[in-house]
Formats: sequence, C-alpha cells, structure tokens
Amino acid sequence: MKETLIEFKNVSFSYDNEEQTPSQAVKDITFSVRKGEFIAILGHNGSGKSTVAKLTNAILLPEKGEVLINGMNTKDESLTFDIRRTVGMVFQNPDNQIVATIVEDDVAFGPENLGVEPAEIRHRVDEALKTVGMYEYREKEPYKLSGGQKQRVAIAGILAMQTECIVLDESTAMLDPRGRREVMNTIRTLNREKGITVLYITHFMDEAVEADRVLAMNDGEIMLDGTPHEVFAQSEKIRAAGLDVPQAAELSQMLIEDGLNLGRVALTVDECISDLLAILEVSR
Amino acid sequence: MIRDITIGQYFFGKSFIHKMDARMKILISLFFIILIFLCKNFFSLGLVAAFTVFILSISKIPFKLILKSLKPIIIIVVFTAFLNLFYTKGGKTLYEFWVFEITLKGVYSAIFMAVRIICLVAGTSLLTYTTTPTSLTNAIESLLSPLKRLHVDVHTFAMMMTLALRFIPTLIEEIDRIMSAQKARGADLESGGLVKRARALIPIFIPLFVSAFRRAYELAYAMECRCYNGGKGRTSMKKMHFTYRDGVAFAVIALLTAGIFILNFNIRAVI
Repeated sequence: MKETLIEFKNVSFSYDNEEQTPSQAVKDITFSVRKGEFIAILGHNGSGKSTVAKLTNAILLPEKGEVLINGMNTKDESLTFDIRRTVGMVFQNPDNQIVATIVEDDVAFGPENLGVEPAEIRHRVDEALKTVGMYEYREKEPYKLSGGQKQRVAIAGILAMQTECIVLDESTAMLDPRGRREVMNTIRTLNREKGITVLYITHFMDEAVEADRVLAMNDGEIMLDGTPHEVFAQSEKIRAAGLDVPQAAELSQMLIEDGLNLGRVALTVDECISDLLAILEVSR
Repeated sequence: MIRDITIGQYFFGKSFIHKMDARMKILISLFFIILIFLCKNFFSLGLVAAFTVFILSISKIPFKLILKSLKPIIIIVVFTAFLNLFYTKGGKTLYEFWVFEITLKGVYSAIFMAVRIICLVAGTSLLTYTTTPTSLTNAIESLLSPLKRLHVDVHTFAMMMTLALRFIPTLIEEIDRIMSAQKARGADLESGGLVKRARALIPIFIPLFVSAFRRAYELAYAMECRCYNGGKGRTSMKKMHFTYRDGVAFAVIALLTAGIFILNFNIRAVI
C-alpha cells in the first residue's frame, strides 16, 4: 500500500452566515488519499464538495478535526507555504486565476514565487506547457484562448510548481463539452504518466466514472466511497442525493432488475455495448 | 467601439526594437518626448519626423495599425492646427475674410504643431506596441527600485499594474455582456440627453463593480494557492539585461540629440 498524502480526520466546517442559522458545510468527515490516486468527489450544489477542496490547502481551516498533508497540519501557519507547494489548486473560472498577460509568464508565476532559479523556471515552464499541449501558444495572450485552453494553462501553472497533488475544484463546470474533454484527458495523462495525485471535484457523472475512486457527498457527509462500479451500482442512494446516474448505468441496472444476467453495472456507453453484445451472442 | 483602441496594446514581433531592453525603451521614450519639444524649426522637427518614420519602419508594425492608433488623436491634431492657423499672426497675409486672417506664419505653425503631435503619439506608442505588459511592468519595477530605500513598495505597485493590464480585456468583455443583458431587459442606452444617458449607465456599472470585486477575491485566492506572498524571495523567469542593441539605440539617440541642437542653433552654419 502506498503512502497517504491527504488525510481528513473528523473534519467539520461551517461558513459564517449572518442571515441564516449557521449551517455546517462539512460534517465530521474522515477519509484519506494515497499517493498516485485519482479520486473524484461527486456532489450536487451545496453538498460541501468545494469546501473539502479548500480545506486541502489551507485556504479554509477546519473548525473541528484535522487535515494533514504529508503529515503537515494545515492549522500550522508556518507550514502553509510547504502545504501549498504540495497541493496545487485549479479553480472553476479560468479568467479569475490567470495572473499574467502572456501564457508563459502566467505559468512561470508559481515557480517565481517559490524562488526557483530563472533557467530552471524556463525549463519547467516549457515542460509543463508541452505536457498540457499548449506549448505553441506560449507567447499568446490568455484572453484570446478558449475556456478549455485557459484551464490547461492554469493546470500547467500548477505543474510548473511540481506539486504532488492537483485539486480541481469544478474546473470543467464553465466549459463546453469539448473543453471538458480536453481538460479530462490532460488530467488523466498527468495521473497515469507523472503519477500526480488528482482530486477531481465535479457534478458531472461521466467525469467521475473515469476516476479510480469516487467519493459521493451529500449534505456535508460522505455518502458513498468506492470504485465507480461500486458507487454507481447504488443508484437509489445516488438519486436520493439529488445526483444523476450515467445513462448507461441506468439502462444496465434496469436490465439487471428485469433478470438479465449482465454481471455488472456498465458505466460508459462502450461498456454497456460490450456487455450487451456478450449477452446477445450467448443467447444466439 | 472600445475594442478599436490600440493604444497600450502589444503586437507580437521579433524586430530589433522588440528585442531591446524594456528599461532602455522607457527611458528613450521619455527622452524622445523632451526632444520633440526642443525642436525649434522645421529642420530639427524634420529630423525627428524622419527618425519617427525610421523607428516605426524597423519595428515592422503594420502601417495600418499605426494609422488606426492615430485615429483618436485626429480631432486634437485638427483642433490645434486650426487654432494655430487663425491665431498666429505675422508674415504675409494669404487669405482674409470677416475677422479671420490667415498668415504665412499661421500656416507654418499649424503644420509644425500637427507634425509635432503626430510624432509624439506615433513615437511613444511604439513602446507599448513592442513591449509585453509583463516586461513593461518588470522594467518599471526595476527603474523604480531605488525608491525601495525610501520604503516604497515598488513590487506591489508593479504587480498591481500587471493585474490591471491583465483584466482590461476581461472587463471589456464583461461590459459587453452586461450591456446586452440590460438591453434584453429593455434598457435604453442610446437615446435621450446627456444626463439621461449617464443615468442609463448606472445599471451597467453597478454589476460591473460587483463582479470585479468577486473576481478580485477569487484571484487573490488563486494567487495565494500559487504561493504568492508579496514578492519576498521571488525570482523572475525573464532576466532583463542590456545588450549591444541598447548600446546602439543609445548611440542613435545621442546622434539625434546632437543633430537637433545643431539644426536648432547653427542652422546657417549647416546650410
């Protein structure tokens, strides 16, 4: 078993809210993330998933409980800098996280803050931009890029800092399907080829399906935790939390309930097709 | 309309001027403004005009773009030229009607002023055309760095400038969006007097301010996440250094200055 990178121990958090009675955004959560994992955190609006993201790199500090990053407690202010160079974050709106007016200068922003040598920054920036496939755009202005391209630049900005983990806080929510595809492919490559731990916060089911492990959240609690197959097999619980089940999963589940021996709940259209083909061939 | 403004924009290129050190370009631009006002006759101004044309042509910025950038100042040029045309008296009277009198000296000074303003704008706008905003702010930070001794926070000032420049296109887009949204709700932005039109802008600017604050908040988060802590221990990917180009530019400017002084004072000796 690999080392633990992120550890939540009985973490609770609530936002100060003057108008309403304070509501807990996160209630007594405990989970851990191992190095190299690709985890999707799934939940509808207000389920506390973004709060979890912000707790991972000391933007928010837990009210109760502890968050440990590589053993470093986020409450210790002297470690904040080290925590943030371990866990990088990509936000929802690409326009609000790009700092510089030229793509490569923006990617260099993180390493510059870390005090890396200029030649090394140049090297890291080029590498990061090549990894996300934006090298040809290095001298362009960010506002001329598409949403998906801007998010890839933001990801490159985190890569150049050489963090161990990337947290994506609904980074695809504002993108069109093509942009979402671009970002998802980039993230998967990073996870598989560079071994970067990924925490992918989303409300899109078809994206969660691609993770190694899914945490489904509802009302500030972790409702389900397991592989995508395990989680989506419990479609009733998922629907009760106000989430949709992927269409393929819905179909195969209905077929299983009707007595068809599919063996598993298919998650993607491709899986569903191959499962059904197998059955058709047997019956023929 | 807002999109047509080219002043302050950067155009990608690899010319001699693009590759010059930004600090040198800033200093030369400031000096160039002084030089323009030092010109006292057509000979020295002609030299400056020739120099302006020369630097514009080696910058390889498309000629069309330069003309476009001059468009907003046409009114100023024409207005100044007219004032000079009618109010400078002296020399032979060329044309006369009612209270107006156009003299030869008036014509000269009108042309002189027009050329002077055009050179001023065309020459100095080359600074932003050929320098990326990032290197511009880096250069300003570097040039102002002596002020650090007086405890002026030069880095924060430069960072604020970078961010302001970065958000100009974003906020322009936002204004477009809000205007369309308000028009869709029946807002009338184009008719009525000045007061009514100004008042119609309130529902544009309030959402713009609110969203700008929200953006600023998110940006601050994002910057913190990328370990920004106010420039302490910060390095820079693009080190600025003077090259032979800056030496050449310095020599050219020195020659230009000498030329202007000679043409100003020893005009007879030259001819």
